[in-house]
Amino acid sequence: MFLKKVAMAGAMSLLATTAISACEIGARVSIIGNEFPAIQTVGAGAAACTGAEVTKNLTADHKDIHVPGMQGNPAEYTSAIVANSTLVILMNDDLVRPLDDLVAKHGGALQKSQLITIDGKVMAVAFMANAQHLMYRKDILNDLGIAVPGSYEEMLDAARIIREKGIMENPIGGAYAAGWNLAQEFNNIFLGYGGSHFKPGTAEPNVNSEAGVNTLNMMKSLSEYMNPDFLTHDSNATNAEYRAGNIALLNMWGSRAASQTTADGVTDEVKNGHAIAGPMTVGGGATPASTLWWDGWTVAKNISDAEAEATFIAMMNGIRPDMMQDEAIRTQAVWLIDGYEPTDAAIGVFEAAKMGTVPYPMVPYMGLMHGSIGNELADFLQGKESAEQALADIEAAYVAAAKEKGFLQ
Amino acid sequence: MRHRTFFWFFLPTALAMLLFIAFPIVSVLLQSVFAPHQAVFVEVENCTPLVGCTTETAVDHDATRSLREAQPLGRFVGLDIYFDRAHLALTEVGEAWAGADTWGAFWGKVFNLPLYRALSFTLTFTFVVTPLLIVFGLMIALAVNSLHRRLKGLMIFFSLLPMIVTPLIGSLILFWMLDSRGVVGSALVALAGDPNFSLKASTGLTWVMLMVYGVWHAAPFAFVVFYAGLQTLPKDQLESAMIDGATRWQQVKYVVVPHLMPLVTFVALIQLMDNFRVFEPIVGFNAPAHATSLSWIIFNDLGGETRQLSAASTTSVLTIIGVAILLSPVLVRTWHDFKQKT
Repeated sequence: MFLKKVAMAGAMSLLATTAISACEIGARVSIIGNEFPAIQTVGAGAAACTGAEVTKNLTADHKDIHVPGMQGNPAEYTSAIVANSTLVILMNDDLVRPLDDLVAKHGGALQKSQLITIDGKVMAVAFMANAQHLMYRKDILNDLGIAVPGSYEEMLDAARIIREKGIMENPIGGAYAAGWNLAQEFNNIFLGYGGSHFKPGTAEPNVNSEAGVNTLNMMKSLSEYMNPDFLTHDSNATNAEYRAGNIALLNMWGSRAASQTTADGVTDEVKNGHAIAGPMTVGGGATPASTLWWDGWTVAKNISDAEAEATFIAMMNGIRPDMMQDEAIRTQAVWLIDGYEPTDAAIGVFEAAKMGTVPYPMVPYMGLMHGSIGNELADFLQGKESAEQALADIEAAYVAAAKEKGFLQ
Repeated sequence: MRHRTFFWFFLPTALAMLLFIAFPIVSVLLQSVFAPHQAVFVEVENCTPLVGCTTETAVDHDATRSLREAQPLGRFVGLDIYFDRAHLALTEVGEAWAGADTWGAFWGKVFNLPLYRALSFTLTFTFVVTPLLIVFGLMIALAVNSLHRRLKGLMIFFSLLPMIVTPLIGSLILFWMLDSRGVVGSALVALAGDPNFSLKASTGLTWVMLMVYGVWHAAPFAFVVFYAGLQTLPKDQLESAMIDGATRWQQVKYVVVPHLMPLVTFVALIQLMDNFRVFEPIVGFNAPAHATSLSWIIFNDLGGETRQLSAASTTSVLTIIGVAILLSPVLVRTWHDFKQKT
């Protein structure tokens, strides 16, 4: 066993050295991005290049600094690791460059499905997919003879039974912290009810609708089965509750599926009982109440062509296909890279794609809508105002912000 | 001091104030009356993994760039942003006034607007916390001052701890202790006898928690200032008061407090200003669902995926105006005292 491990390690390091020696760059590379494990892996791969300096700033606050860090000329960051929502923010300010020529020159290892094209031009290279989907405790559901919930209505039924049997007082978890998280849960269920955030072809809000009211009522019903502190629970706090065995059902990010049972202090009960499934539907609809995401990287516009080329080569080294042979890397995400064999943790995201989950809206004013939802929903969930009032508040807050930013007249 | 001498003496300070105070304020004022240009949209085809191609709206960069080059500051909007729903909300307040039959209904509608909701908490926080921290600061100072010489150093150190702890860290620690699964939180659940009792789920209790934190954090500042003042107490006045048979309470009321009065004004001034800018505990306690403040609004406008610089600048200007109004009574009094002396 030991010898086998040594041999494996030797083979791995050989592989790594060949890859590293293949990566020579001639100009500075500077990366900004989020900090979850898959992105750390990509960043480390890019930093393995030799010949010039590669710096990386991987932080949860990347959204606050990537625009200012790429606005200057020359830009501080030569590459930003983005997702659906953040690419739009960079595109709004014209901060990323088309990659068609670089893809033709150095992009041999890419699959066509990895190219994010906007208006016919490649603007980003995707390396992983993400979606929120169901995670649950199969031991508890099995004991009670409950089927795996396929819809939010079934999730409520399951929660009611678990509470009635006295197994858990608050069996449902959710990232309902006021702000971005809460708004994202609204988006999921709203899209599941067939809602659309904007009137077709315009920046006019469209959430104050039947789908909006249904969404709020569903969120209220779900929140009644949550820890009373739910408005302060973000993804991290919700996962902590799950790992501690306090909740049995939650809608959670696929990118966190693999680490759900490997963190410190997870009880054996949770480790053995943990299971994942695809996203749930709501209100009898066919579209899952979730959104589909990708993560990828861009190259800054305001840098020299030499720096752009070096950045492209380094980032390609961060997503090279031979990384997919490493088991630890493979489980970190649902990779879109050639040669990736899905692991068990990827079931949820693949199921989401198969069920036709809607991608997170990529329109310039979605960021403002998301912010307005996050700020105006808490009053309704605390029972301080009606659903109609909350939705009217969201629209009014969005309109004020969109007028300021010049998205609405 | 001759005017000439005063001028040269004051010049470096004046330059620094111009650079670090006046210019930023001018910049914020400018940004609050300009907004980004109207965006020009185009329909484009987006292709993404697992989904395929869809038609979406995007910003037309060439058209936007020429607009930007023509007017680099942006579009002049005057006071529009000051009056929009996110700030003074004149239209909405007018409608609330016209549509409401009772005062309760009117205020209910007004406090549903972001700026007024933030103001209601900010002002309550300021006017509850400031007097309390002065009273507590004075009590701690008197208590420590009457201790034995050897104990004093140790007690001063411990009394200062809340101020030494970084506000964000301090509030985070308390936040986890107060969690319904935390030390204090579960004790409260046991006391209340209700398994679903939660401090963080109730707006009223969240406000109380934030104010208790505010006093806990700022009382040491008042304590240090008052303790320093106590070292200059006129001994003979105190002795004559004692000879006249004054009780301890009477000594404090008639000798100590009047002696410390200028310091009370100083602490009140600084703390009114600080508390009006309350921010860290709201972030630390994850409390924006229950309480927001003007500073939190600025943070939120700047921290969203889409940054709203004009909105944040407008709130900043309103904060400056608010601080000026708050401090005006104290400043007017100081000015009167100054006039009487000269």
